[in-house]
Amino acid sequence: MLASLAASFPARPLPRIGVGVLIAVALGLLIALPLGLDNYYMRLATTVLMYCVLAWSWNFIGGFVGYPSFGIAAFFGFGAYAGAILLSAKIIPFWLSPILAAAGCFAVAVVIGMPILRLRGHYFAVASLGLGEVFRELAMSWTALTGGGMGINLPPMRPAFGTEAQTFYYAMLILALVTLGTTIVVARSRLGVAFRCIRQNEEAANMIGIDATRSKIIAFAFSAALPGAAGAIYASWVGYIDPSDVFDILNSVKAPVMVLLGGTGTIFGPAIGALIYLVFEEFVTHHLLQFHAGMLGIIIVALVLFMPHGLLETLRRRKQGQA
Amino acid sequence: MLRLTNVSAGYGQIQVVRDVSLDVGEQEIVCLIGSNGAGKTTLLRAISGIAPFCVGTIEFNGEDLSDLPGHEIVTRGIAHVPEGRRLFRTMSIRDNLLMGAFRRRSASEIKHNLDRVYHLFPRLAERRDQAAGTLSGGEQQMCAIGRGLMSEPKLILIDELSLGLAPQVVDNLAKTLLHIRDLGISILLVEQDVEIAFELASRGFLLDSGQITVVGTTAELAENPQIKLAYIGA
Repeated sequence: MLASLAASFPARPLPRIGVGVLIAVALGLLIALPLGLDNYYMRLATTVLMYCVLAWSWNFIGGFVGYPSFGIAAFFGFGAYAGAILLSAKIIPFWLSPILAAAGCFAVAVVIGMPILRLRGHYFAVASLGLGEVFRELAMSWTALTGGGMGINLPPMRPAFGTEAQTFYYAMLILALVTLGTTIVVARSRLGVAFRCIRQNEEAANMIGIDATRSKIIAFAFSAALPGAAGAIYASWVGYIDPSDVFDILNSVKAPVMVLLGGTGTIFGPAIGALIYLVFEEFVTHHLLQFHAGMLGIIIVALVLFMPHGLLETLRRRKQGQA
Repeated sequence: MLRLTNVSAGYGQIQVVRDVSLDVGEQEIVCLIGSNGAGKTTLLRAISGIAPFCVGTIEFNGEDLSDLPGHEIVTRGIAHVPEGRRLFRTMSIRDNLLMGAFRRRSASEIKHNLDRVYHLFPRLAERRDQAAGTLSGGEQQMCAIGRGLMSEPKLILIDELSLGLAPQVVDNLAKTLLHIRDLGISILLVEQDVEIAFELASRGFLLDSGQITVVGTTAELAENPQIKLAYIGA
């Protein structure tokens, strides 16, 4: 019966018929996409997949559990550095770097999560924000390992087949699918039910026998490991990383903005948000470059004022209102 | 079945409850009365393992619960119905009740307990699909008690049964508590309304500034001059 409860939660159940076909078509399109794209669009496609990973990752702790984290940049950067250091030491192949980065981030998040997840609401937000800055300072000053402000050049990759751009596209695609898969499994599991209970009322969650601390740490670790893997792929993709790039605080802000755009705590909301955000970002960098950050601020304000529940929820409510 | 020996509890540096000893027997309703800020809620939180600090021994059916975390206490057979109900507001009544069974695995057992709650509170059955946040205060209290029952407890801690409820509603809830006791479940009731508390409970404890000052059967307590003066106003 709890299983049915879990199943009754995930966002809006899609109609059964056609879902299989829809998934097959979508997958086919995603796999075939690189064949029809030039370099510019390949870059955009890879970026949107990366944004999807960041948004879905944030959704675990920020959406399902309701703890607003600004720690995405910290783990994205950590993963990027982990991957870059291991790859430039030439001790592992490319495909292993995101896996090791994810494992490292998971472990670090568990250790850091124990103290900072005791904090609630904006206290937790501030602590998680500080995390990225601490990591950035570490990367800056631990010159022997990280190259400090000089950054790290990664060895060029010779893909076994296809072009480099295609390799990174597919790597990001696989990671995005893993992230989506994790999201769906978690949303339908007892753990997902526990997450939602904590969001609604943490104390009551404890009283009915949910180990809230453990659940929160798991959510935080998921939302650290997956951006870590994305960071490792990103590092190889761009070929050169430095602290101010990969620990860019903007990544910590983008992730929640994308999720809020799409819909918090839903399964497909974050991906829709990521797509909208990327289109918007491209538009702004082409036409209003100097005012890029300002525009981000404007979207945040507009979001909070007009669509506090995200696009999906707003559309659904509008539809319900009409019906 | 529940025995507290020299329990002190509180928050960080602040000790709210000092050296409390208290016991609840099988199939018994015991009330804990006292003024605002006396430490009643803190004591319940200490029993269910969610008070930030707690020393002394809390024994339940022969097992020492003192060092168990809150989420484990539920599995030992103690349910906590918190002050202010603390429901999952956007979830339906049915889902709230099912959440109470979070630590129970057997589907048939959960179904059985759900039917039991619906039987005790027909009102909840009628509104099972309604969001908990939209219920009246009395219905919310029913839902909170129901959620507690879903974990199949042997003891329920109820914090402020009558808070903010109309007298008629409280009377109905009180009758249901007697039914629950007759099912073999003990109740430790924290209650501001001494009249209701004495009507329901067989024994009572008066908590005053964090310490138990008066103990006895409710008949004795009703005659106690200190209680009469402070709580009954006669």
